[in-house]
Amino acid sequence: MSSKYHITSFCNIKNNTVSLNGSVIYNDENNDFLEFIKAAYKSLETNYAKFFKMDALSKLAFLAADVLLKNESLNQEEENNIAIVFSNKASSIDTDRKHQESIQNKEDYFPSPAVFVYTLPNICIGEISIKHKLFSENSFFIFDTFNPQHLLDYTNSLLSANKAEKVLCGWVELDGENYEAFLYLVTNNGTITHNKQNILKLYNT
Amino acid sequence: MDTLKQELKENIVEQLNLEDISVDDIDDNDILFGEGLGLDSIDALELIVMLDKNYGIKLTDPKEGRAIFESINVMAKYISENRTK
Repeated sequence: MSSKYHITSFCNIKNNTVSLNGSVIYNDENNDFLEFIKAAYKSLETNYAKFFKMDALSKLAFLAADVLLKNESLNQEEENNIAIVFSNKASSIDTDRKHQESIQNKEDYFPSPAVFVYTLPNICIGEISIKHKLFSENSFFIFDTFNPQHLLDYTNSLLSANKAEKVLCGWVELDGENYEAFLYLVTNNGTITHNKQNILKLYNT
Repeated sequence: MDTLKQELKENIVEQLNLEDISVDDIDDNDILFGEGLGLDSIDALELIVMLDKNYGIKLTDPKEGRAIFESINVMAKYISENRTK
């Protein structure tokens, strides 16, 4: 089935590598996730101090989104009409565990507010929205596996209903040292047709 | 008191994840919130937990923190006068 919408850019972060439109823009083979994402943040000159306060899932999603959005020449002073549709399998389990550990012992009960605020997966959408002034529709779905059909249908629905001019969508999965981000931007213009086949192809890039 | 101030600076940098700020960058009289170190409302809650965990001080009203967390000097004075551990 043809689509009138197009994928204008995509970012993959996995295996200690950050790629933009299929080209590697950062790679570091020797780090664990937190070391890797911090090094990538510095290498890509992201320059956003609040990054260091985010949980691991938000760091992953934020950096992937930033790689795409910094090329969009967004207006930093006004609202940008870009919706966000994210998905994953692990929800916020990585941070949920950290919070649970802090309340496990009733004799040593000191839950961290800074950890607790990240015990929902869609908090990463908030971090991206604040930085880039995106106040359009947003959703975070939980699936057993990457679900291109749902992302395709939901994104097309948002665009055809004029809910947004662009949609930033994809998969941001993190649980411990297992992580993977695949985000892409969908708009009216571009060379890659927005369909399930192409979404799967770019996901597996 | 100097030891306590140093300890507070180290805890603030480490626990609040102030990646671009070192202990030596924080003056005893620096304003911690707003235009000073730029700490936010979640940081304030984190400092309230730190007071309880490290010094046995329980703030029942979070608004009390505004005055107590003004600077390292003010924090250290309050802690030394109210700590239970």
